[in-house]
Amino acid sequence: MSALNELTISAARDALRAGELSAVELTEDCLAAIEGAGALNAFVHLTPDIARAQAAAADLRIKAGAAPSLCGIPLGIKDLFCTKGVPSQAASNILRGFRPEYESTVTQNLWDAGAVMLGKLNMDEFAMGSSNETACYGNAVNPWKVDGRQLTPGGSSGGSAAAVAADLCLAATGTDTGGSIRQPAAFTGIVGIKPTYGRVSRWGVVAFASSLDQAGPMTKSVRDAAIMLATMASHDPKDSTSADLAVPDFEAALTGDIRGKKIGIPREYRMDGMPAEIEALWAKGTAMLKDAGAEIVDISLPHTKYALPAYYVVAPAEASSNLARYDGVRYGHRAKLGAGDGITEMYERTRAEGFGKEVQRRVMIGTYVLSAGFYDAYYNRARKVRALIKRDFDLAFAAGIDAILTPATPSSAFGLGEMANADPVEMYLNDVFTVTVNLAGLPGIAVPVALDAKGLPMGLQLIGRPWAEGDLLNHAYVLERAAGFVSKPGKWW
Amino acid sequence: MSIDIDTARKVAHLARIAVPEAELPALAGELSGILSFMEQLNEVDVTGIEPMTSVTPMRLKRREDVVTDGGYQARILSNAPDAREGFFAVPKVVE
Repeated sequence: MSALNELTISAARDALRAGELSAVELTEDCLAAIEGAGALNAFVHLTPDIARAQAAAADLRIKAGAAPSLCGIPLGIKDLFCTKGVPSQAASNILRGFRPEYESTVTQNLWDAGAVMLGKLNMDEFAMGSSNETACYGNAVNPWKVDGRQLTPGGSSGGSAAAVAADLCLAATGTDTGGSIRQPAAFTGIVGIKPTYGRVSRWGVVAFASSLDQAGPMTKSVRDAAIMLATMASHDPKDSTSADLAVPDFEAALTGDIRGKKIGIPREYRMDGMPAEIEALWAKGTAMLKDAGAEIVDISLPHTKYALPAYYVVAPAEASSNLARYDGVRYGHRAKLGAGDGITEMYERTRAEGFGKEVQRRVMIGTYVLSAGFYDAYYNRARKVRALIKRDFDLAFAAGIDAILTPATPSSAFGLGEMANADPVEMYLNDVFTVTVNLAGLPGIAVPVALDAKGLPMGLQLIGRPWAEGDLLNHAYVLERAAGFVSKPGKWW
Repeated sequence: MSIDIDTARKVAHLARIAVPEAELPALAGELSGILSFMEQLNEVDVTGIEPMTSVTPMRLKRREDVVTDGGYQARILSNAPDAREGFFAVPKVVE
């Protein structure tokens, strides 16, 4: 058997149940892989003691029989999730030293199922970024490398993507506000799903933009995504937007049969200046679904063009409100004050020292669009456009479309530092294919399909009907099997 | 809509983020760039469209208005930069 950390969740589960390996062995292999992967800067807080204790307990539970699928499976957790007694600082200096007194609902669900926590993963500060370059921990690095350059693993869940792609853990949690699970998954050749808004509890997940944020799994296969999502999802009275719906058995939905399903190809996603390789990849994915017996339908989502500007009003507005809590009073950093400094100086200096540049920029944009005189012109207008974007999807689904196929990203992974002098808006364009899904509250999944001419992974995105993650995962499963993407990054770290 | 230096100063203050005077021109430029990107929204006809309040047509749950949680002052204060005698401590607010 290859190194155990290279296993998928489903393979490890089957081997654990068959008694062919132990959770303790599996966990030790992951801890050793992490130890040797400092160059990737994916794990930023390690929890080996917790991991070993959880693994030993999982072995007992598996031996006793009827253990859940995730029992004994070692996972990495994005730093955005509050984990009791373990640093949880959203990659921000303003939360340096913060150790939550409570556990997020998602991570509690994972531990209740017997999963093993290896540690916390790097990310963009407060999940604001598309390249993992805004973290207080420094950049996470993509394990894929084709020349002398270090590449971004994408963002904001960059550490999660790098850790899964480099086999440091079997899977990881991510969160997605505008594409933060799907874009890094595409950049690293792994699978990432953002579920329907409300499927997964937001309780205990540091808030960025509450009407858009959803957590989801980042995994090595579609089957693993189905297994892990079923455990992450739950109805939670502590999150008023959590849906009071039963969580289906997503793995059972993977029949591999999509005959007669209608796949929408939205013409507005064919952007000006789209690289030929992305265009070809999209056509290839379309052909794969057609060969599997699906019907391909050209559709129109006319407000697509306005998704990005609407997102960059709504998300910063919500962020400016959510991040008002970082005031140096209840937790985290407080600036050193001079004689005569009052509470306003404390707030202003604490936030100037604690927040990085991109977070400051977004908080100020949000403050501006919510301020008196501009609320209607920007914020209310953006919310109206958001309603139109959702209506575009509603109409497509009402016309019988089962899933929509689009590119996941406008390019493959770019070099760290290459966007340093770019306009902020240029970086925002990374989310052009993914933000619509958050604005409409839909489930979306990125699936690796092929390598580009440089040898870097490229993914496609499938978008599903609300609450139909099982059907969406089944479409992704068909695409995954047809694509047969098995490439792994060569180990250089 | 372009943001001038005075507006940038005002926004920074509203956001309670100290921005040195020398950095205000660059900040004003960046914010203006982002806002001009948002101007595209003015092309959309939004007549008769209600602003979205909830992405899923779901009624918020109700529950009895009773205390369901609490009674752990020490845990609440455990992460405070300055806690004294069971309270969060801050610089003098009222003279």
